[in-house]
Amino acid sequence: MKNHRAHLLLLAGLVGSLILGWMAPELDPYATNILVMIGINIILAVSLNLVNGHTGQFSLGHAGFMAVGAYASSLLTLAFAPSVQQSPALQNLLFLGALLGGGVVAGIFGFLVGIPSLRLRGDYLAILTLGFGEIIRVVIQNTNALGGARGLAGIPPYTTLFWTFGLAAITVYTIICVIESTFGRGFLAVRDDEIAAEASGIPTTKYKVTAFTIGAFFAGIAGCLYAHFICFISPEGFTFLKSVDVVVMVILGGMGSTIGAVAAAIVLTLLNEMLRDFEQYRMIIFSLLLITLMIARPQGLFGKLGRKKAKRAIP
Amino acid sequence: MSALLDVRAVTMKFGGLRAVDGVNFSLQAEELVGLIGPNGAGKTTLFNLVTGVYALTEGDILFDQVSIRAHSASQIVARGIARTFQNIRLFPSLSVLDNVRTAMIAHSEQSLGTTLRRGARFHALEESIESRALDLLKLFDLDTRSDDMATSLSYGDQRRLEIVRALATRPRLLLLDEPAAGMNAREKSDLMQLILFVRKEFRLAILIVEHDMRVVMGICDRICVLDYGRKIAEGSPASVRSNPQVIAAYLGSDDA
Amino acid sequence: MDWANLTQQLVNGLSLGSIYALIALGYTMVYGVLRFINFAHGEVFMVGAFVGLFTHRWLKPLLAGLPDIVSACLVLMAAMVVCGLLGIAIEAIAYKPLRNRSRLTVLITAIGVSLLLCYTGQLFFGSAPRGFPDLIPNATHHLPGGATFTSEQFLVLVVTILLLLALRTIVLRTRMGLAMRALSNNPTAAALMGVNTNTILSFTFGLGSALAGAAGVFFAMLYQAIDPFMGILPGVKAFVAAVLGGIGSIPGAAIGGLIIGLIETFVVGYSNTIGIPSGYRDAVAFVILIVILLFRPSGLLGKSEKEKV
Repeated sequence: MKNHRAHLLLLAGLVGSLILGWMAPELDPYATNILVMIGINIILAVSLNLVNGHTGQFSLGHAGFMAVGAYASSLLTLAFAPSVQQSPALQNLLFLGALLGGGVVAGIFGFLVGIPSLRLRGDYLAILTLGFGEIIRVVIQNTNALGGARGLAGIPPYTTLFWTFGLAAITVYTIICVIESTFGRGFLAVRDDEIAAEASGIPTTKYKVTAFTIGAFFAGIAGCLYAHFICFISPEGFTFLKSVDVVVMVILGGMGSTIGAVAAAIVLTLLNEMLRDFEQYRMIIFSLLLITLMIARPQGLFGKLGRKKAKRAIP
Repeated sequence: MSALLDVRAVTMKFGGLRAVDGVNFSLQAEELVGLIGPNGAGKTTLFNLVTGVYALTEGDILFDQVSIRAHSASQIVARGIARTFQNIRLFPSLSVLDNVRTAMIAHSEQSLGTTLRRGARFHALEESIESRALDLLKLFDLDTRSDDMATSLSYGDQRRLEIVRALATRPRLLLLDEPAAGMNAREKSDLMQLILFVRKEFRLAILIVEHDMRVVMGICDRICVLDYGRKIAEGSPASVRSNPQVIAAYLGSDDA
Repeated sequence: MDWANLTQQLVNGLSLGSIYALIALGYTMVYGVLRFINFAHGEVFMVGAFVGLFTHRWLKPLLAGLPDIVSACLVLMAAMVVCGLLGIAIEAIAYKPLRNRSRLTVLITAIGVSLLLCYTGQLFFGSAPRGFPDLIPNATHHLPGGATFTSEQFLVLVVTILLLLALRTIVLRTRMGLAMRALSNNPTAAALMGVNTNTILSFTFGLGSALAGAAGVFFAMLYQAIDPFMGILPGVKAFVAAVLGGIGSIPGAAIGGLIIGLIETFVVGYSNTIGIPSGYRDAVAFVILIVILLFRPSGLLGKSEKEKV
């Protein structure tokens, strides 16, 4: 039993998404919208949490990786969509390919960003990742093949509730598996004390780059889901403010808590929706929330500040 | 017999300051050597050089006849050198057991792949890691606290945990940086016994930086003295204790 | 060799660079004493522009008879004073309670303050750009060779130099300045020597913010349009300038600002020659940042700090 608990959880997640997907036609389209956004935000938050929360590398460039995944996958589907128009099975296959493609390309960017990040701490790293995110955005804006500032339209609507939540389940499974293991303790050690981590034989460089790469991979997948849901993407949707959105989710949830990231993603997506009528006040409330959170409860909802007994790892 | 650790004419410059100045020093396998000197003499800097935290300016450091001057800290640990720190550096968000487990990552065959697949191999590896860690902790009477947060331990226990963590990396040379700091007389006696036990049980060479002379004189085979970055004396405890240069370094000479 | 174009780019680059330099000084001074990047600094710059706009509107009828330069100076002073106070207020409300927390916590709070200022501005002023008038009659002057500069560009350059000299005097020759330097060098020792940390920190924030306020007025005057989000990009670029010059170094920030302003202007001015589309102007600062952080993180005039183990 112990051996398979993690596998069972994943299975449960996948079955859940199958059910959701099957129920989709019965659901109100507005509800579907929100659910898809929740799923995408879960993937974004959980993947950023690996970098910011578990490994302690403050990345402000997650939107950049999302953009890379969105554009890479869209180019693939736009190129091949006409040829698979007749067959839903082939369409899903194409989408799978686009997801993987988007994720892998984003992961490569994550790797490239991870490397210079090695020497930097805290504030500097934040600015550097912000810089990378902005460079990616500016390059997209100036590249006509990617639609430039006008954006990329006509992206086939391949995203479904099944895909979204299935992938969210896989993301959560991956991150939990990675962290809750001896190997995964390494990330936390790097966060706690890099010098002590090196002194314990942990290759901190490899860990940081791995965190960035995995985080970027899933951000790319989220980007692909997003692109094939809204069916239109432009550089405007992937600014530094989007990165901040995800960072707020991670912080609200509690840096280093996967459950927290999921919960915060849900809460903040819903909050966003509720405040849509008060668009003017939405960001103000958001920023006040952020400031109050930092002053009053920096560990967020599920964060760990001074626990007496440690949790045993999930087998 | 060739030396386990060979520090050759090592110099470390911070701007214009020579924190370590042309130090020659070597250590044989299973030797217990003390490194002493007044504050600022360069002892911890030398430790940092040997363990790869700092990069040396001149000279070379050989471990098992292989140069480690360009190695990263974690590569040096993989070669077999482990250390503890002057100010305890445990991982505050991890439990006692996890602190030890982190030190076993380098030697485990766990990779990202096995972790994700979560198959039988993963679980087998995890179990063997955990039992090894608990065995180590048991030797130091810390196994009952394995699930407690590392920071909830008493100061003395934390110091011992740091040593356990270092031992988990399967070193052949252990560097202890002021392990007796902040301890009372009885704790220091226990520590001395502990160090001797560790040396014998794990067949290690140990290099210890310490200010407490009773500890140093009590357990070391040989003592090396630094002052202003230079080695000023080396030899048995008795010879070092009566060396006029050493006395002058600590107490000042009549001319001062 | 097209000297006219070269000189023109130099002139434009110096104006832009002056503005970046003034903002960069605020970043570097705060980092010097607190080791913390004040993310909200760019928004203070934005507030300065808006204060300038409304002060000008309010003052213009009152000072009808006097030369424009008078109202221009008053507008500038108003912006500097308001921004200085704003900086002090932000520090007291948002950063002081977090003095002992991790740097990350404060950084995130700073982001929160930055967002708050932007969106509150949007709430009150809408996101559409507003026009900013000429504060002085903006005559065009000709340089030998064909380049031109405007009276306003000249004003910006002159006042920036004056402000830099004033800052230098404050930092090097007053007790406040000495205390600032002591605090940035060794906070513990400074406190033990009787330096009132709170006062000096407030003073540092106030000073840096006042300079950002001036930069806001200058930017508005030269580029003639302001909006609540105008501070984000210049803010980040000025931070890069501070890093380029060596974060914590005041002369470094000034030099860094000028360099970034010049490079950005040259990239746009010569975009056809060097083959980089001018749309990449905003990426210039980021590329410079990556290069510095990779090859010389302590910047041009800074010192590298080794972590003590």
